[in-house]
Amino acid sequence: MNESSIQKTESEMILPGIQQGVTMATEDHTNRNADNLQVNGSTGLEVRNVHAWFNKHHALADVSLHFPQNTVTGLIGPSGCGKSTFLRLLNRMHEFIPKAAMAGEVLFNGEDIYSPEVDPTEIRKRIGMVFQKPNPFPSMTIAENVLAGPKLAKVKVENKDELLEDCLTRAGLWKEVKDRLKASGSSLSGGQQQRLCIARALALNPEALLLDEPCSALDPGSTLRVEETIVQLSQTMTIVIVTHNMQQAARVSDYCAFFLSDGGPGQLVEADLTTNIFSNPGDQRTADYVQGRFG
Amino acid sequence: MSTSSIEATSIPQPQRPWRQAKRAWRQAIVMLVVSVVGATLLMQVTGLAGVIGSYVAFALVFPVVAFLASMKYGKKAGQDKMASAIICLAFGTAFMPWMSILFTVFNRGREAFYSGFLTTDMLVNSSDQPLNMGGLSHAIVGTLILIFIASMVAIPLGIITAIYIVEVKGRFASYARFFTQAMSGVPSIVAGLFIYTTIVVVVFNRFNALAGGLALAILMLPTVARTAEEVLKLVPDDLRAASYAMGASQFSTVFRIVLPTVRSGLVTASILGVARVAGETAPLLLTSQYFVQLTTNILDGPMASLPTYIFANLGAGSDTSVARAWGGSAVLMSIVFILFVTARLLGGRNTKSRH
Repeated sequence: MNESSIQKTESEMILPGIQQGVTMATEDHTNRNADNLQVNGSTGLEVRNVHAWFNKHHALADVSLHFPQNTVTGLIGPSGCGKSTFLRLLNRMHEFIPKAAMAGEVLFNGEDIYSPEVDPTEIRKRIGMVFQKPNPFPSMTIAENVLAGPKLAKVKVENKDELLEDCLTRAGLWKEVKDRLKASGSSLSGGQQQRLCIARALALNPEALLLDEPCSALDPGSTLRVEETIVQLSQTMTIVIVTHNMQQAARVSDYCAFFLSDGGPGQLVEADLTTNIFSNPGDQRTADYVQGRFG
Repeated sequence: MSTSSIEATSIPQPQRPWRQAKRAWRQAIVMLVVSVVGATLLMQVTGLAGVIGSYVAFALVFPVVAFLASMKYGKKAGQDKMASAIICLAFGTAFMPWMSILFTVFNRGREAFYSGFLTTDMLVNSSDQPLNMGGLSHAIVGTLILIFIASMVAIPLGIITAIYIVEVKGRFASYARFFTQAMSGVPSIVAGLFIYTTIVVVVFNRFNALAGGLALAILMLPTVARTAEEVLKLVPDDLRAASYAMGASQFSTVFRIVLPTVRSGLVTASILGVARVAGETAPLLLTSQYFVQLTTNILDGPMASLPTYIFANLGAGSDTSVARAWGGSAVLMSIVFILFVTARLLGGRNTKSRH
């Protein structure tokens, strides 16, 4: 009761003019995956009036966004504006933080992932995640790392070798590691480890993939390969990527969402086609940020 | 420019310039000799005498000599060498009693050893008979059985306790932590009394090895639980997040990711637990007691163990029985050492080949 009343007042007060802009009208724009895109608001991920708290701290206020199926959406904004918190709300990783709370709805193909009958582990199987810091399992080999997902989530795999090669190839790592699949995952370089983590996330064949600054610890070459991977993956899955790198956002994303905190909770300022965000943003603060005038 | 010839003649040899040169070793030896001479002189002047006295004299002279010998490289180098000398002395001071115990136990225990010492029991011999009769096979078997029972109870329970405190973070986690900490202060005789009044008197109405193992488990549990807790805390949250992000349940995350990551640490926790109880005597006196024959029935009747063997033989008072007690001590220390090495070899293999 209490939380819903908070939500209502906030949604009425905050950003009244932006509400119409945030739900993206996908049918108006040509999309690089137009064939795969169903023109139906319920496919992909949809977020309605979402708030997030850490204990009493209101970290994110009233965000509504739609991520159409098989597109890449970049979340941009200065540090501390709630991008990562928002990302972790999308596959129910937010609730692992003690005293975390949320309000609002997150719909995945029309189904509210926070409704009581939903099994969060099932959601996380379908919505994969790659973290900022490469985190391969140190007790496992490269091959075991890739196949860890099906093993942990108790999913049967028909042909493990095929899956292994497929995932590593799609993550752009197969050629580098095919002769040392039995080596420890932590023997790889940082960039290779991150691509290993992407391969690991792909092994469960997720319908959506969330990436939290996946390239922040990588060299330009590895970054490029990861970006190519992201573009390629977007043909078959919905991708949301948090990035601090404006060029990266421009290179890989179809849509961009700009978050900002003015000392209070983080808010969604504006979401639009990436080309519009970078060339013709609707809000002066967005223009300032993408042109590097602050943040 | 004949670059090729230059390359051919000047291929650098691998060197380790940070290693101490031979000269430094020679200097250290000279310093030692000078210190020994200085210490002897000091003993002439002052009232220091005996083994302890000469060590104290050496400890006083050695840092000063080290300081003076390095002064030519400047005051910093002198202070550095003096600090090194003091640390070496501290190491020696801590190490000597330990070596002394080891030496004494094995030196005095040597007397009791003969070809049958490890393979016969004391059923037909009494402890004051000559040392080429009887042995402690019953005590070795008994100790191994008791340690096995205690480990089977305390290691799983300790690790599960640690998982509850660190991973599950249940509502009673803070109480569980408090009680494991409090339990590590329980006097061992009290653990024995507890098992005596509950298991020995009420359930079996006679001494038995199961009760002895349970009494040891009570003492072992807090050691295992607290060490395992510290070890589990070292697992980075990144790994747990990665596992949960793939739809793993908490059970899979703990048993397939967290525990394998710290396997060698958990082996250490178990070894520390075993080492804690292997030499415990008091709780066994009230539970498994001592028996002269090799028995393997853990439910019926007393069972020998090395600590109680030592205790019984010391109490017997004859020269040969005291020698047997020393022999038992040597065997007990060897068994703990062997268990330690075995566990390390088995558990330490989790660092897979790097390339």
